[in-house]
Amino acid sequence: MTTSAVAPTARKRYKTDDGFFLPEPSRLEKAVGPESARVIRGLLTNPLSVTGLVVVIFFFIVAAAAPVLAPPFQATADPYQIPRDGFGPTPQEPGSVWKRDVPPVPFWYEGVTGKQEWVHLFGTTSGQFDIYYGIVWGTRTALLVGILVVFAGLFIGLIVGSISGYYGGATDDILMRITEVFMAFPFLLAALTLSAILVPLFGRGIWPSVIALVSFGWMGYARVIRGDILATKERDYVLSARTIGAKDGKILLRHVLPNAIFTTMVLASLDVGAIVLTFAALSFLGVGTDIGYADWGQVISFARSYILSLDTYWYIIVFPGIALVLFGLGWNLIGDGLRDVLDPRMKK
Amino acid sequence: MTAYILRRLVQLPLTVFGVTILIFLMLQILSPAERAALYIKDIPKNEAQIDRVIKRYGLDKPMYVQYVNWLIGAVDQDTGDRVGGVLRADLGYSRTGREPVIDLLLRRLPATAELAIWSFIPILGIGIWLGIIAAINHNKLIDQIARVFSIVGYSFPTFVFGLLVLMLFYAKTGWFPPGRLSDWAVQIVSAPGFTQYTNLNTFDALLNGRFDVFLDALRHMFLPIITLSYLSWALLLRVTRSSMLETLGQDYIRTARAKGVAEKDVVNQHARPNALIPVATISGLTVVGLLNGVVITETVFNYPGLGSAVAAAAVSLDVLTVLGFVLFNATLLILANLIVDVMYAFLDPRVRLR
Repeated sequence: MTTSAVAPTARKRYKTDDGFFLPEPSRLEKAVGPESARVIRGLLTNPLSVTGLVVVIFFFIVAAAAPVLAPPFQATADPYQIPRDGFGPTPQEPGSVWKRDVPPVPFWYEGVTGKQEWVHLFGTTSGQFDIYYGIVWGTRTALLVGILVVFAGLFIGLIVGSISGYYGGATDDILMRITEVFMAFPFLLAALTLSAILVPLFGRGIWPSVIALVSFGWMGYARVIRGDILATKERDYVLSARTIGAKDGKILLRHVLPNAIFTTMVLASLDVGAIVLTFAALSFLGVGTDIGYADWGQVISFARSYILSLDTYWYIIVFPGIALVLFGLGWNLIGDGLRDVLDPRMKK
Repeated sequence: MTAYILRRLVQLPLTVFGVTILIFLMLQILSPAERAALYIKDIPKNEAQIDRVIKRYGLDKPMYVQYVNWLIGAVDQDTGDRVGGVLRADLGYSRTGREPVIDLLLRRLPATAELAIWSFIPILGIGIWLGIIAAINHNKLIDQIARVFSIVGYSFPTFVFGLLVLMLFYAKTGWFPPGRLSDWAVQIVSAPGFTQYTNLNTFDALLNGRFDVFLDALRHMFLPIITLSYLSWALLLRVTRSSMLETLGQDYIRTARAKGVAEKDVVNQHARPNALIPVATISGLTVVGLLNGVVITETVFNYPGLGSAVAAAAVSLDVLTVLGFVLFNATLLILANLIVDVMYAFLDPRVRLR
C-alpha cells in the first residue's frame, strides 16, 4: 500500500506544545481522525476496492429506484410479490411481449428501447413470474436481509465478546465454550435446520432464514471483539479510569468498547455479501422465501425443474446468477482491499 | 503434548454434549403435538394417536426429563422397554426417507464419502499449488490473476456455479451427466457377479476389474468434484499465498539465498515446508466447506448422497432427518478439528501447546 504517495514535504508543518514539528493534518484527517483517514485513502487508491465500491453503490441505487425500474402491477399490491403473466408452465424467452396483467410501462422505457409495449426483459420462469422484476426488487430483499443479519449478529457478538473479554476467568471460559458449540455446526446446515424448524412458526418468508442466519452467525464477531478487548483493557487510560473509581459498566462502554470496536464493525459490514449468498442458498433449497417472492435465490430455484434443458432456459439461471455473483463480488472486493489496509503487517 | 491431546479428548465429549443440548433446544421451538408427529411413521391421522405419542415419549414432561429421554431413550410404560434415544443410535424415523434416520444416513454415506475422497485430491493439490505460484510471483501478473480468481471464487454461490456447469457440460454438450451411474453401469453393479466390497463405486469397479464402470462413475462425479473444489480453491489459494509470502520474508530465507542456495531449493526445501503449516489448519476448514458444499452440490447434480437426502428432508420440514445429519456432521467436524490441531503440533515444534 503506497501511503507514502501523500508527499510529506508538500504539507505545512506546525509546532506542537512540546516542540515537535508535525505535518499539518489533511482535511480528511481532521474530519475522521488519522487512522480512519488512512483506511479511507487506502480503499480509494486501490483499483479493486474502488470497483467493489462502484458495484455496491450500483445495487443501492437499483434498490432505491426499484419502483421506477420495475413498476408493480397494481399500486396497492405487495411489491415483493413478482407479478405474473398468466400461469403457463413453459418459461418465456427474454423480450417476449407481456400479455396478461400488464404492469404500467415505466417512463424511461420508450426512450431507451423505442418500443411501447412492456416486455419480459429477462424472460419468465415457469408459472410466468417475471425474472427482471424479481431481480430488481430482489435487490431490496438482498440488502435488507444482509444488513439486518449482520447488525443483529454483530449486536449479539458484541455482548458476548465484550463480557467474555472484559471479565475474563470463568465467565470467559464458559462463554467461549458455548461459542465453540455453536461453531461445531456447519453454518449452512445449522441455518438450514433452524429455518426448517421456524417455518411452521412464522410461515414462509424472510424471517425464518434471517433468524437462523443470525443465530449461527454471531460467533466470529464475538471472538474478534473479545480479542480486541483483551488488548484494549490493558491500556493506561483504562487503568486511569479504574483508579479514579469508575464502575465496570462505564469503563467497558465508555473507554474500552469505543476503542476496540472499529475493526470488527468494518469487517462485519462486509459480510453482507456472504450472508446474502447463504440466504439465497436457503431459498434455493426451499426453506427460504415462498414461491413468487422477489428474491434471487427463489428465482434461481425454478431452474431445478429444468436441469435437462438448461441450454434452452438459460435465462432462469444466468440473469439472477449474475446479480448474485456481482453482489457477492462487490462486497468481497471492498473486503479484500480493506483487509490489506487493516493488516498490521502492511502498515509502514 | 500428550497432556494437550488428553485434554482435547476430554473436551470432545463436552462439546458434543453441548451440541446435543443445542439441537434439543432447537426442537423445543416446536409444540408437543408437532414433536409427536416427528415420531410417527405415517402422517398422524387423529388427535388420539398424537396424544398417545405425547404420553409415550413424555413430550409434556419438564425439559430436563425430556432431554434425558431424548438422549438415552424413554421407558415405555406399557412394556417396560426403553425406546428411542440418540445415544442408542435411534435418531427417529425419517418421514422423507421412509426408514429410520440412522439407516438412511448409513445407506447414503458411501456415495458422499466417495465424492469427498475424490474431491480432496484436486482441492489440496491445485489449491496449494496455485497459492505457491502466486506467492513466488508476488505482485506480478500471475499473482493478480490468482487474486481475482480467488475473489470471484468466494463470490460464486455453489448452486449458481453448479447450475452453470450443468448448463454448459450437460445440457449443451452432454459430456458429464448428473446422477451417480449410468443405467447400464447400474445393471452391472447390481448384478450377482459384481461384489460390492466398499459400496464406493469407483473402488468396487477397480476391485472387480471393471474399468468401464470405473470411468462411468468418475464421469458422473466430475462436475460435482469441480464444483466442490472450485469453492475450496479460493480459500486455500489465499491462505497458502499469504503464508508463503510471510515465510519468504523471513531471515532464514535471506540467509539461504545469501549462501547461494538455488532459488528452486529455497522455495521447495526452505520456504514451502514452513509455509504449509498454517495450510494444514485450513484443511480442517476445508472439511467444513465440503460438508456445507455437499448439501447444495448433491442437490444440484441429483447425486444420491447424504447431502441431497438432507436437502430433500429440509424442504418438507422433516426435522429429525436434518438433525440426525447435523449431529453426525458436528461430531465429524469436532474430530477433524482435533486431528488438525494435533497434526499442527507435530508439524511445528514452535507450537509447544499450552
